[in-house]
Amino acid sequence: MKYFGLIWKNVWRKKVRTSLTILSVFVAFLLFALLSAIGYAFKGGQDAASAERLITIDKVSLINPLPMAYKNRIASTPGVNGVTHATWFGGYYQDPRVQFPQFPVDPFEYMSLYPELNLAEEQLDAWAKNRTGAVIGQEIAEQYGIGVGDRIPIQATIWTKADGGRTWEFDVEGIFSTDDPRGSTAFLLFHYDYFDEARAFGKGSVGWYIIGVEPGQDAAQLAKAVDIQFANSPNETKTSTEQAFAASFAKQFGNIAMIVTLILGAVFFTLLLVSGNTMSQSVRERISELAVLKTLGFEDRTVLGIVLSESILIMSIGGLLGLGLGWLLVQGIAQQMAAFLPGVFLSPQAMLVAVGIMIGAGIVAGIFPALKAMRLSIIEALARA
Amino acid sequence: MRTINQIIAVTWLSLSSIPRRFGSSTVAVVGVAAVVLVFAAVLSMAKGFERTMLAAGSDDTAIIMRSGSTSELNSGLSNEQTLIVANAPGVLKEGDRPIVSSELYVVVDVRKKSNNAEANVPFRGIQSNGFEVRRGTKLAAGRMFETGKNELIVGRAAQQEFMGLDLGAKIRFGQNEWSVVGVFEAGGSVSESELWTDVRVLQNAYRRGNSFQSVRVKLEGPASFEVLQAALEEDPRIDPDVLTEKEYYSSQAEGLSQFIKLVGYPLTVLMAIGAVFGALNSMYSSVSVRGKEIATLRALGFGPFAVLVSTVIESTLLAFAGGIIGGALAFLLFNGFQVSTLNGPSFSQVVFDFAVTPDLLVQGLYAALIIGVLGGLFPAIRAARLPVAQALREL
Repeated sequence: MKYFGLIWKNVWRKKVRTSLTILSVFVAFLLFALLSAIGYAFKGGQDAASAERLITIDKVSLINPLPMAYKNRIASTPGVNGVTHATWFGGYYQDPRVQFPQFPVDPFEYMSLYPELNLAEEQLDAWAKNRTGAVIGQEIAEQYGIGVGDRIPIQATIWTKADGGRTWEFDVEGIFSTDDPRGSTAFLLFHYDYFDEARAFGKGSVGWYIIGVEPGQDAAQLAKAVDIQFANSPNETKTSTEQAFAASFAKQFGNIAMIVTLILGAVFFTLLLVSGNTMSQSVRERISELAVLKTLGFEDRTVLGIVLSESILIMSIGGLLGLGLGWLLVQGIAQQMAAFLPGVFLSPQAMLVAVGIMIGAGIVAGIFPALKAMRLSIIEALARA
Repeated sequence: MRTINQIIAVTWLSLSSIPRRFGSSTVAVVGVAAVVLVFAAVLSMAKGFERTMLAAGSDDTAIIMRSGSTSELNSGLSNEQTLIVANAPGVLKEGDRPIVSSELYVVVDVRKKSNNAEANVPFRGIQSNGFEVRRGTKLAAGRMFETGKNELIVGRAAQQEFMGLDLGAKIRFGQNEWSVVGVFEAGGSVSESELWTDVRVLQNAYRRGNSFQSVRVKLEGPASFEVLQAALEEDPRIDPDVLTEKEYYSSQAEGLSQFIKLVGYPLTVLMAIGAVFGALNSMYSSVSVRGKEIATLRALGFGPFAVLVSTVIESTLLAFAGGIIGGALAFLLFNGFQVSTLNGPSFSQVVFDFAVTPDLLVQGLYAALIIGVLGGLFPAIRAARLPVAQALREL
């Protein structure tokens, strides 16, 4: 630490070059932040998904409905602590290209299985009492400027009404939020009873079941116990934890993670080259100075440390600035994109990884020049100068 | 003329000094190469996806769905309604027989070869005209499925991408076992991501009664589309959306390709900015290494303009080299690389190839040239302004 002044002076020896290097490091980490936040969204919220809840879907495909009659059979399975259901509504509000999900559910059952959703009790009661009532997530409320008491039309793309209409109108009775920054609230919930009565077809079926696991009960065993009841029936089921379900769904997007990694790889390779080059240039120019330092009695190890610290310092300045701006941008984008791509989030893990990369890249870029500086023979260096 | 000669001389001099500052020149080249590589890779994904989606769309085929359904998966038509469509004006007939195919579109879980994950694969029931209403589709291997049997044919791309779809294989979806009896090709279009079977068999297997989701019709001619559309929209027994196949597939492609571009372009711009810094660094070091030469030339009577231009030329040439390398790498690594992803509107997998097209490569080279010029300009100004006396004295 006592050499910080010296290191700082060395870093800014060539102002233009150092600034340019810092700027390219800055850009690289800005990209890192943005890409990892978008990559996170493609994980489909599996970190926020619960390992304590099970999802039961049709074995052949998620799009096939399950009979309503399954509910009681699931509920009576030992180890089940509450069961409810949801269905994909697939409508849109205003713009057909921007669809936030809507689910017809049973208000009390659903909210009790999702304690992480914060909905004021009086709003829940009001919603439960109003057949055409609905609650929306905070993200949607903010994005579209919808408030409690508003009546919003949702255009159905699948579920036409029995009277042939396609417009479902809902009274917004409440707005729910979540304390988990990884969780999305970009969806709308409304009454299943109303849905089932008013839809033109598919009555008596639901999209999937959500099962609460009793504390102490093994989730995997319970999943098996549920599925076995419906084996060889016309609607065989596939039950997994919510987390596993989210993870397997995320895999449907395919090689997005690989592509993001590849881009990051290309970016960092370039970044390393740029800063490694700057470091070796800087050492080459200062050979006589380093020789003087050594003549003054600086140990080899100290010289190594000084050169290496310079490199790490340049990386960290650029990297932290880039990460910082990236974090700020992600806060803004996440809100903007909530309906389109929910779950854009810069995770603390990703930020830690970024800091690790800064230090690692600083070491890799600086190590050869630093070794060169350490091994410098005083006489030779001074003679060359 | 004299200026041009001077520029050539100075440029030659500076280029011949590149080996002396190999490190920083390499950095500039690699930096630009990385930008062009990433640009071409990301956008070739959008290109390939669009190509696959749009290849399926033709202007002389119309697709009819229930109004308001944004994709076939969401739609629903009764048997009666499909008959109304078949007998509507504007539909091409062969003798008395209208060229139409009423179809059912469901999704089945099949594992991907690449990551062993279950994926939503589209399973389509077609009628006997299924091939005739789709331009460029043909059976490539095996035979056609027999009506009334649990037999299916598989698209070429789906067969390459998903497990257990080899010719002759048996595959189980729920309680039904299906035999893969044929492979079809559709000019690399989205249809190749699908499995096809007899629509009646699929209706039974999925308990859909006598309902369908879409009708594809071959049109008599270019003007017939409006005739058909008007006739169906006036008919009180049916409330349809009538689209040309081309319109339908562009709307299906829009979301994902917009998304890729929305990410891809800003990404490239950011990376390009990073590369400009790299090029600047390299050119500043080029100017500082050649300080002695530049000052000597100036003392001999070479003008500042020649020095300026030659520096910009050097940087542009380095960037151009980077652009070529990046573009070539993108082409070698990514062109034809097959992936599949979930397309939102149809909630099912689309298999497509990355397409590193010539226009992408040209755009990439433009980006490289811009980086080169920007990266060379400021160092060039510094080189041109170098005070001769002082520079010579420093030596």
